[in-house]
Amino acid sequence: MRLHTFKIGGVHPEENKITADVKTKNAALPKVAIFPLGQHIGAPAKPVVKRGDFVKVGTLIAESGGFVSAPIYSSVSGTVAKIDTSIDATGYRKPVIIINVEGDEWEESIDRSEKLETLDEHSELTPENIIDIIKRAGITGMGGAGFPAFIKLCPPPTAKAECIIINGVECEPYITADYRLMMEHAKEILVGLDLLMKAAKVDRGYIGIEENKPEAIKLFTQLTADDSRIEIVPLAQKYPQGGEKQLVDAVINRQVPAPPAIPVNVGAIIQNICTAYAVYQAVMKHKPLFERYTTVTGKQVKNPGNYLVRIGTTFGELICACGGMPEGDNKVLAGGPMMGKSVMSLDVPVTKGTNSITILSGNDARRKAIQPCIRCGKCVDACPMGLEPYLLAILSANNLYDRLENEGVTSCMSCGSCQFTCPSHRPILDNILQGKGVVMGMIKARNVKK
Amino acid sequence: MNFILTSVIALGAIALISSVVLYFISKKFAVKEDPRIGKVSALLPGANCGGCGFAGCSGMACALVAGADKGSIEGFRCPVGGDDVMLKIADTLGMAAASSEPFVAVVRCNGTCDNRPRIAEYDGLHTCAAINSTSAGETGCGYGCLGCGDCVSACQFDAIHMNPDTGLPEVDEDKCTSCGACVKVCPRHIIELRKKGPKGHRVYVQCANKDKGAVAKKACSVACIGCGKCEKVCQFDAITIENNLSYIDFNKCHMCIKCVDECPTGAIVKINFPIKKKVEVEA
Repeated sequence: MRLHTFKIGGVHPEENKITADVKTKNAALPKVAIFPLGQHIGAPAKPVVKRGDFVKVGTLIAESGGFVSAPIYSSVSGTVAKIDTSIDATGYRKPVIIINVEGDEWEESIDRSEKLETLDEHSELTPENIIDIIKRAGITGMGGAGFPAFIKLCPPPTAKAECIIINGVECEPYITADYRLMMEHAKEILVGLDLLMKAAKVDRGYIGIEENKPEAIKLFTQLTADDSRIEIVPLAQKYPQGGEKQLVDAVINRQVPAPPAIPVNVGAIIQNICTAYAVYQAVMKHKPLFERYTTVTGKQVKNPGNYLVRIGTTFGELICACGGMPEGDNKVLAGGPMMGKSVMSLDVPVTKGTNSITILSGNDARRKAIQPCIRCGKCVDACPMGLEPYLLAILSANNLYDRLENEGVTSCMSCGSCQFTCPSHRPILDNILQGKGVVMGMIKARNVKK
Repeated sequence: MNFILTSVIALGAIALISSVVLYFISKKFAVKEDPRIGKVSALLPGANCGGCGFAGCSGMACALVAGADKGSIEGFRCPVGGDDVMLKIADTLGMAAASSEPFVAVVRCNGTCDNRPRIAEYDGLHTCAAINSTSAGETGCGYGCLGCGDCVSACQFDAIHMNPDTGLPEVDEDKCTSCGACVKVCPRHIIELRKKGPKGHRVYVQCANKDKGAVAKKACSVACIGCGKCEKVCQFDAITIENNLSYIDFNKCHMCIKCVDECPTGAIVKINFPIKKKVEVEA
């Protein structure tokens, strides 16, 4: 049988999932935890603690700073050392709350038992309740983009949700955090999906899983055998299947139009596996989002593994736990090798969206020498959004921003397929991203004028 | 023979008819342009740099003539041609030229390899705009020069060059026309147009870092730490400190260079001042 996948473009990077069978461990408590106020798309959170305050695990430390925003909870117990700036993954300084860790005291309201709570036992929960809890728990999309999860569940009046699609694709090479979570907490994820379906008032749920995770497909198919509402969709392996629009195409064969259209315009709400799990924990266990599954990996790393990490732990501490940095040149990425951003310092903390710390060593750490474009058109074939990356790159390099906008640069989701496939190793995505930034600024300025 | 004759006559007739038609058409559709615009255009340097704020030299010429009709050409200035050109234009238009002081581009960053250690290596697209949009660059300073030379490629006058030793751009004062192309293109807004000053003397803060003092100093040894000593020592109220960064207003500065001596990190520099002879102190 031919498996489903998205229709346009896509590439097949080397898988390198070296940590797939490594059981998740609890990462050690950090000595100092750093909480950036802007861990999500939208307005940064506003601190509600001040220097010297004592906080417990699960205490609110920053409240939502606007409609598109999310609150932040402490992942450690200790004293607030300062509210200051610290570098983020890009190297620029951003506002953060820094907490000195003392002991490990949790808020009493959090249920730390392992007992599985199902939706049948909690019939008192209404959709509004669930959305409100998700909003207050600070849950954001945990696949990387970090869009506040509750907003997706309240679609605009022009669109009607018909199904929830859970993203268990994990198409990025190296990363295995989602896979481990699926293997270790499958039942909780399914309750999470139940909750999401109830919140969005839909009775159809899909979980898309790529064929390179047969164990997960088997496990979920068994668990949902007697539930006709939920369908497990095995997908052919192709990058970037985890992109929202690609997943909608692959799972329910509907195509999302160009921005500003979003998946809910064709009836689908996408949530990540981690997000579904976080929803379960927030609603059933009263546990806000303050820890997450993260893979620490790399070919030269001594003990790569999967960790349950308290948000705010620095990259350096996690890498130490895995046997330290390999010798020679290394590139440390927040995320996987395709979309991850290289970090400038190991003092950068794990945030809600950090699904992996990938260390590329030796030759992998460097780019290959740039050659002239040979007009082969491979980037056009690879682009999953149907754009012409070579053209966008040229327009951007020559500052032709009006034309860049007309060519649909705002559809680019920076998956990097063009740059990956380019035989001349041209910095296509770098050019496009720089131009996209300018175009987004132009559009924003235009909207303000109106 | 007959064949040649016919062709000559035929072609001659076509030429005659065309010339008559073209003559009347050119009379009928003639665009009336003020002859002064052509004269002024001829005086302008023709660099089309846009430094005057108009789209090229002919745009400036139209604006000048329109200004002359209104009675004043004050405020117009060709940064490339300078006062000479403006005087000639004023003569042509029969106006009094508004002379203004010449400006020059200055680079407000002194983050050389020695002053500002590299903490990472950037391996992507080598333009300042690309680096600025993705990361803070190779050093711990998120405000300083990125060293990829976007300003060098923007300059039409060959007046700004990268110094390979320091990795920073240097402005050639004689060639710089203060057109402002480099100012516009610099994604970090480090380059500023300042008055050239008497005898080329200039005093300015060679830093753009807005971080708190300790953070700025850690990233770069000659960073402005916003301590405020210069503000206190200045008698002319020329120095202001905003966001941990000192700024010297060149309209108020009297070049007393007290701030240069006072600055604990050496972020304030003086340019083109004669080097003082060392006074030997007998022990």
